[in-house]
Amino acid sequence: MARRPKRAKKPAAPRRRPLLSTLAGAARRPAQQRLDLHRCEQFLLHEARLLDEAKFDDWLALFTPEAWYWVPNEPDQADPAETVSLIYDDRRLLETRVRRLVSPRMYSQEPRSRTSRIVANVTIEDADSTSCTVRSKFMMIEYRREQQRLFGGTALHRLVQSNGHIMIAWKRVNLVNCDAPLDGITVPF
Amino acid sequence: MNLDLSRFVQPGRVHRQIYTDPAIFDLEMERIFGTAWIYIGHESQVKNSGDYVRSFIGRKPVVLVRDAEGEIRVIHNQCAHRGSLVVANDKGNTSEFQCCYHGWTYHLDGRLKAVPLQHGYPRDFDPKNPQTAMVRLPRVASYRGFVFTSEAADGPSLEDFLGYMTTSLDDMVDRAPDGEIDVAGGVFRHAYDANWKLYLENLCDAAHPWFTHRSSIDAAQRQSDDVYSNGSGEIAIRQMRQNGAPYSFWESQVGIWTYPNGHSYLGDYHDDAKLVAALKDPLFREYIAALEKKKGKEEARRVLEVRRWNSNVYPNLSFMSQFQQLRVVHPIAVDRTVVHTYNFRLKGAPEQMFRNTISFANTVNGTGSLVLTDDLEIYNRIGMGLASKGAEWIEVGRGLTSDVPDAHGGHRGTNSTSEIYIRNMIEAWLGYMANGPVAAVRAAS
Repeated sequence: MARRPKRAKKPAAPRRRPLLSTLAGAARRPAQQRLDLHRCEQFLLHEARLLDEAKFDDWLALFTPEAWYWVPNEPDQADPAETVSLIYDDRRLLETRVRRLVSPRMYSQEPRSRTSRIVANVTIEDADSTSCTVRSKFMMIEYRREQQRLFGGTALHRLVQSNGHIMIAWKRVNLVNCDAPLDGITVPF
Repeated sequence: MNLDLSRFVQPGRVHRQIYTDPAIFDLEMERIFGTAWIYIGHESQVKNSGDYVRSFIGRKPVVLVRDAEGEIRVIHNQCAHRGSLVVANDKGNTSEFQCCYHGWTYHLDGRLKAVPLQHGYPRDFDPKNPQTAMVRLPRVASYRGFVFTSEAADGPSLEDFLGYMTTSLDDMVDRAPDGEIDVAGGVFRHAYDANWKLYLENLCDAAHPWFTHRSSIDAAQRQSDDVYSNGSGEIAIRQMRQNGAPYSFWESQVGIWTYPNGHSYLGDYHDDAKLVAALKDPLFREYIAALEKKKGKEEARRVLEVRRWNSNVYPNLSFMSQFQQLRVVHPIAVDRTVVHTYNFRLKGAPEQMFRNTISFANTVNGTGSLVLTDDLEIYNRIGMGLASKGAEWIEVGRGLTSDVPDAHGGHRGTNSTSEIYIRNMIEAWLGYMANGPVAAVRAAS
C-alpha cells in the first residue's frame, strides 16, 4: 500500500516496472535466467577466447558429461556414424584430445599454432526454457611454422543451462572446405 | 633425361635427391606411374552403366567409368578439341560426357559422339580417329573388384604384377560373409608438403609409433574408461593404446613381409583381446556366426586366421583388411602429395561393424585425428629436412643383414622393425627407373 503513491509520481512507465523488476529478480536467481541472444553470444565469444588462448582444459569444462564434438568431412553430412568425419569425438575421446593438446610430445604442435577467431551472425534456433541451438559463423586464422591457414564456416552449438551455467551438449562445425585435401587439423574450431 | 639412377642407391641407403629432385619426379611420373599397374578404384564405385568417378594417374586427370555395355573403362579426362578437362564433378551418373567449351560430346567409353559445327573443320578431320576421343588407357584389369590401369600397352598381367599380394586383396573380400564389399562412408583427403614415396614408407614402419605417436599413446593410456563413450571414442582409444606396445612386442611379434615389384605387408599388431576381433565381444560372435553360416566353419576359421595390418601395393595403394581401410597415394609435385582414403562395407556382416570401420577411419586416417596428424608432421619435417645437404645419404639399412627369404618368393624381416619393405620399394623404383644394371639395395640372399 505504501508503494502506490510513489509509483503515481512516475505515470509514464507504471505498467512496465513490475516486468522489469521480475527480470532483475531473475538475474539474481541464475537458474531461471533465459538463454537469450546476448548471453549465447557472450558464451560463444568466451569459448572462442579460451581456444585462442590455448586454455583447452577450461574449454573442455564447457562440455556436458555426455557431449559430442563433430567436424563433418562432407557438406551437409547426415550423420557421424556411417560417414567419416574430420573429427567426431564423444566425451571420452574429447578428453583424450585435450590431454594430448597439452602434451610436450605432440609433435604436430611443436611449435604451437597461434589462432585468432571471429564469431558473428549469431542466431538462436530451437529454443526451450533450458536449452537452445545457436547458429553462428566463424573465421579462424591459424599460424604455424611460416604458414598461415584460414578456416571458415558455420558452427552449431546445443547449449543447455543448469545451475545457472551454460554448457555445450553438442557442437557441430561445418567447414566451408571440409572435403578439401587438408594438412593436419590439431587446434579445435 | 639421361641420369645414371643407380648411383642414387647403395646397399642399405639411398640418396636424398630421389625425394627432392623435380627432374627425378618427372621421370617417376613417366616411368613408374606411366607404366606400372596403378590402382584406380573399386568396381562398387561404378556399379551401373554411366556411373563415373574422377581420378588421377600421377598428375594426369582420368575418369573411371562403366560404359553402356557394362565394361569398366579408364579414359583421359581431356577434350580432344582444345584439351579442356571434361568431367569436373568427383562422381556421378551420366549418359555421355560433354565438354563445356565447344560442346564436343563423348560416349561413355571415350569415343567421340558429336561435334557441333563439324562442317567448319578441315576435310581430313576424322571424328572416328581413336585419338580424337577422350583417349582410353590401353589396359584396365580388375582383381576381385579392385580396378587397376596401366598406360603401357604391354607388360606383366595384373595378377603377375600383384604376385603373392593377391592374398591380401583376398583377405579384404573374404571377410565379407556374402563375399562382396562396397566402398562406403565417404573419402578422406589429406595433404602434405613432401615426396609421395614417404607415405608408403611409413605405413609398414613398426618402429615409429612409439616415438611419433607418443602424445596420443600417453593421452589414451591415461584416459579413464569410466567417462562416457558412444563407442566411437572407445575404438580410437584402444588403437592409440596399442601403438604404445613395448619395443620387444614391435620387434618380435608383428612381422614384415616383402614381395617383388615393391609390395609388402606388415603383420597384425593387435591380438584378439585388443581390438575388433575380441572373441568375447557379442558383435564379433554375431559376425563369426554370419561368416560360418555362409562359408562353413573351416573356411571362416581360415579367413579369420589371416592377420595382416597394412598391405602396400607399389606404387600407389595401401589397404588394411581388419577395418576395411584403403588409401590411394596421389603425387602432385616432388614436394606435394595428396592421399585419398576409403572404407569398405562387408556385405552380410552386422551393421555395427561398419560403424566401427568409420570410427577406426576417423582415428587413423582423419585429418583431425590424434594419430594421423603426427604422421603428417613427420612427412612435412622430412620434406624440410631433406632440403639440407648435410647428410646426403638416407639410411634404410635396418635389418639389412638379418632379412631372410620367405616361402612365397619374397623376403621377410626376422625383426619386424626391419626396413626391408623400404629397400624393397627402392629396388622396384630402380627397376622401373633405371636403364641398365641395377645396384643391390638388399643383402644377397
